[in-house]
Amino acid sequence: MKWTINSERPVYRQLIEQIEGRIISGIYKSGEKLPSVRDLATEASVNPNTMQRALANLEQSGLVYSKRTSGRFITEDQKMIEGIKKEMALSEIKNFIEKMNKMGFDRQAIIALIQKEGVTNE
Amino acid sequence: MNNAAILSTVDMTKRYGKLTALDHLNLSVGRGKIVGLLGPNGSGKTTLIKLAAGILTPSDGQILIDGQEPCAETKAKVSYLPERTYFDEHMKVSQLITKFEDFYEDFDREKAAAMISDLDIDLDAILKSLSKGTKEKVQLILVMSRKAKLYLLDEPIGGVDPAARDYILNTIIGNYQEDGTVLISTHLIADVEKILDEVIFIRDGQLMFQESVDDIREERNQSVDECFREVFKC
Repeated sequence: MKWTINSERPVYRQLIEQIEGRIISGIYKSGEKLPSVRDLATEASVNPNTMQRALANLEQSGLVYSKRTSGRFITEDQKMIEGIKKEMALSEIKNFIEKMNKMGFDRQAIIALIQKEGVTNE
Repeated sequence: MNNAAILSTVDMTKRYGKLTALDHLNLSVGRGKIVGLLGPNGSGKTTLIKLAAGILTPSDGQILIDGQEPCAETKAKVSYLPERTYFDEHMKVSQLITKFEDFYEDFDREKAAAMISDLDIDLDAILKSLSKGTKEKVQLILVMSRKAKLYLLDEPIGGVDPAARDYILNTIIGNYQEDGTVLISTHLIADVEKILDEVIFIRDGQLMFQESVDDIREERNQSVDECFREVFKC
């Protein structure tokens, strides 16, 4: 998975979102150790301090925890990961509905379209 | 960790004859940060870097490196990449490495040699025979292979292609000492802003502002590049 950082939004926020994305999609597995701050920063081509800030934020929310000497780990709390997955999905859906509304589709038209698309995909 | 500034200026002025390059500049740069020194052409960026490197002396006021006025002791803490090459172009890459090793106690020869071999650069090649981009990479590798407290990089990505830029930026991120500070002067803001903690905007030798880059994005809803274009609109 590629890191895509743009310069218009605070970089640490984009890092938080993308690390969350990697956790819910299983690239970083529950209970697994995260790479070091510097390695992650180099991988994403960002400042190590910014990466540090993103990780500190994730620690605060509990998705990541640190062991004194051995580094940072992904939470073992599956419920929490599921929760964030759902949150992300809901926010995607909200964005999608907003866009569709702008295009002139109401709720029912959207649902009808999704069902049709689902059928043709299968 | 020491919280005092690694670099500070107190009412510092630098004049070249009648021209005032820096005008009562007051600024302070903390430790463990990557800081962009940004400003239009002729705003005094290179002059400030040369003063910090101890190559120039202020006409008035003071500049302090790690609390001291520039001297042999501060030069040992500062790793400086000038805008233009100052090396003898007839030297071999290996000779240049040896020169750095002789000159700087904090130089890590193994680290430099490993990075140079990663790039498949021939140690026996004469500097003159290298392309501009390769030459820039070699110089940066040498400068970043020191365990300095302050790295001064004057236009490190000017005149190299985008792939070489990425290499240079990653070399900076991956190699500066954790409590060290990197001051990068550049006008290629869009390319470097992702790796910065803070920016210092100067114009006509004066400080316009100094701010954290994520604060600029959060408060102004714009990139540092956009902010620069707005502030320095002609």
